[in-house]
Amino acid sequence: MSNETKPSVELRIPILKDMELVATNTADVIAKYMQLSEEESGEISMALIEATINAFEHSESQKDIFINFTISDDELTIKVIDQGKGFDSKGIQIPDIDSKLKKQERKRGWGVMLIKELMDSVDYESSNDGTTLTMTKKKKNE
Amino acid sequence: MSKIINTEEQNKYVIVKTEGYFNKDLGELVISVVEEKVQEDKFHFILDLEQSKIVNSIGASILIEVIEILQDKDGTLSLCHMAPIIEKTFSIMGLTKYCNTFATLDQALAQ
Repeated sequence: MSNETKPSVELRIPILKDMELVATNTADVIAKYMQLSEEESGEISMALIEATINAFEHSESQKDIFINFTISDDELTIKVIDQGKGFDSKGIQIPDIDSKLKKQERKRGWGVMLIKELMDSVDYESSNDGTTLTMTKKKKNE
Repeated sequence: MSKIINTEEQNKYVIVKTEGYFNKDLGELVISVVEEKVQEDKFHFILDLEQSKIVNSIGASILIEVIEILQDKDGTLSLCHMAPIIEKTFSIMGLTKYCNTFATLDQALAQ
C-alpha cells in the first residue's frame, strides 16, 4: 500500500470513565481485519488502554483525545493525541515491583513501561500544546 | 460492568470471582474483600479471573497493595483463569513473582 492509499480510522474520545474501551473495541475490529493473532490483538488493546488512560490522566486537560489507526500490509500504527500541557517522556522512571512493595511507594506508574513492552515501537512528541504518542505493532508472519 | 460475582471459602482459601474490566473500581472491590477477610483471620486468597478478560495497570496496581497486606500476615494470593494478555501484563509488572498462578480453580485449590 502506498502512503496515499493507507486506510485509517479516527476516534475522538471524551475524558469519561472507561472510555478507553471504545478504543480497544475499535482495535479489535481492525486487528481482525488485518488478520493479526489473538496475542497481537491483546497486546495492542492493552497498550491502547494504557496510552488512553495516560492521555486522560496526564494531559491535565478536559479536552477530548484523538486516536488514529493507520493500517498497512505489515503493521498497524496508532497515534494517541491529547491536547494537554505536555510532558518529558525521558523523565519517566522505570517502575520496579520490588521497590513498590514495602516502601510506602506509589503503586501506580506502569503505563509507559507496559506500552513499550507490548508494542514494537513507541515514540512521544510533546509540547505545551499536547502530546502525541505513536506506537506500532508489526504483523508477524506465521 | 465490573463486579465481584462470588466470594466463597473452601478449606483455607477465600475465592473471589470477578466479572468485567479489572479496573480501579474492581480492584478496590477486591481489596475491600481482602481487608474484611483478613480481619476474620483469613490470609489465603484465590482470585478467579475467568470472567475478567481485560485489565488496566491501575487495577493491577491495587493487587500490589493486596500482596503487601497478605505478606504482612504470611498470606498468599493465587490467580487462576487468567487470559493470556492479563498473564503477560502481570508478568511484565513482576506481579507473578509474588503470586501463585494456575490455569484452573481446581489446580489453585489443590496447591
